[in-house]
Amino acid sequence: MKITSQNFKEEVLNSNIPVLIDFYATWCGPCKMMSPIVEEIAKEMEGKIKVYKIDTDEEQDLAIEYGIMSIPTFMIFKDGKNVATAVGMRDKEELIKMIK
Amino acid sequence: MLAYDVIVIGSGPAGISASLYMARANLKVLVISKGIGTLEKVNKIENYYGLPETLNGAQIQQNGINQAKKLGVKIESDEVVEIKYNNNYEVETVNNVYESKVVIIATGASRKTLPIKGIKEFEGRGVSYCATCDANFFKNRKIAILGSKEYAFHEAEELKRVTDKITLLTNGEKPTENRTIDIEVEEKNIREFRGINRIEEVEFEDNSKKKIDGVFVAVGVASSSDLARKVGARIDEKGSIIVNSKMETNVPNLLACGDCTGGVLQIAKAVYEGMIAGMTAIKIIK
Repeated sequence: MKITSQNFKEEVLNSNIPVLIDFYATWCGPCKMMSPIVEEIAKEMEGKIKVYKIDTDEEQDLAIEYGIMSIPTFMIFKDGKNVATAVGMRDKEELIKMIK
Repeated sequence: MLAYDVIVIGSGPAGISASLYMARANLKVLVISKGIGTLEKVNKIENYYGLPETLNGAQIQQNGINQAKKLGVKIESDEVVEIKYNNNYEVETVNNVYESKVVIIATGASRKTLPIKGIKEFEGRGVSYCATCDANFFKNRKIAILGSKEYAFHEAEELKRVTDKITLLTNGEKPTENRTIDIEVEEKNIREFRGINRIEEVEFEDNSKKKIDGVFVAVGVASSSDLARKVGARIDEKGSIIVNSKMETNVPNLLACGDCTGGVLQIAKAVYEGMIAGMTAIKIIK
């Protein structure tokens, strides 16, 4: 599913399970390298968390609202709140630890 | 068809050792290097296998470069400012752009984080190491670039497309003369970067301040970790590039060897890793 500023509240803030957001851009080298890791997490934790990727070029309002200044940025949302943020290249284990 | 099979960045023992193996396997190899490496600064080397007499580092290095040239390796003296990956590699230098299938980073140990207060604290909250990646988040904002040489001016070119409010902070250094871009230059020494949730200002040693929204770090020549980070290679907390036993990084066809991968900073280790990187590159190409 594509996340936009229109459905962000419904899909992310109102979600009853944790949400991992990957703020990325198509031209960004580090984002491309992180993409398969994020997809693996989505597969392995299916049903336990939701994982979305947000293209910061297409969704500039969301990028501004969440103060994105460097990509990739990973944010965990629980009960409508941003509870953890990581910027730059990360291990799969690091991201999973953030979710837990 | 690409002009080169492999581009090696760095002409120290790791990069040259890789080149020797690759040239002997008939690969088209370009070595790009600029500046003085660690080995050239060593006065006396007595602990490397097979030396008939004590040599200095510069002699050993020059012998290695001559040996590679004899085998057909092309050596360019230029400064690499960016590596881009899109199935093949584009290696951008101050003067040119080169293409290859494989890139080997062998640029020696990385600099440590600058000891200026606020740099580490505001990483991702205004401090960036990659203009290509992060420029768009600073549209029409006040940006500072920390640096004074060609690399800093290259980053300024990238940032110019999003804002004209750019200041070069040289932190006491004289900016390089042959610059191609006209931007404001501030040569004062920096005391610290400040802000609450994100970077907001820079304070200089003379107590003066300047409001800024972001700082792009581009000090000196782009280091191994600067180049690796931009292309998406994993680096550890010490700034060393993370590689497996074949000298492969997490980025396809991007290898790293020598001091930039951490561990003992010895010629023998650099030569070993260069050899492995060379052999891995041969397997990729053939």
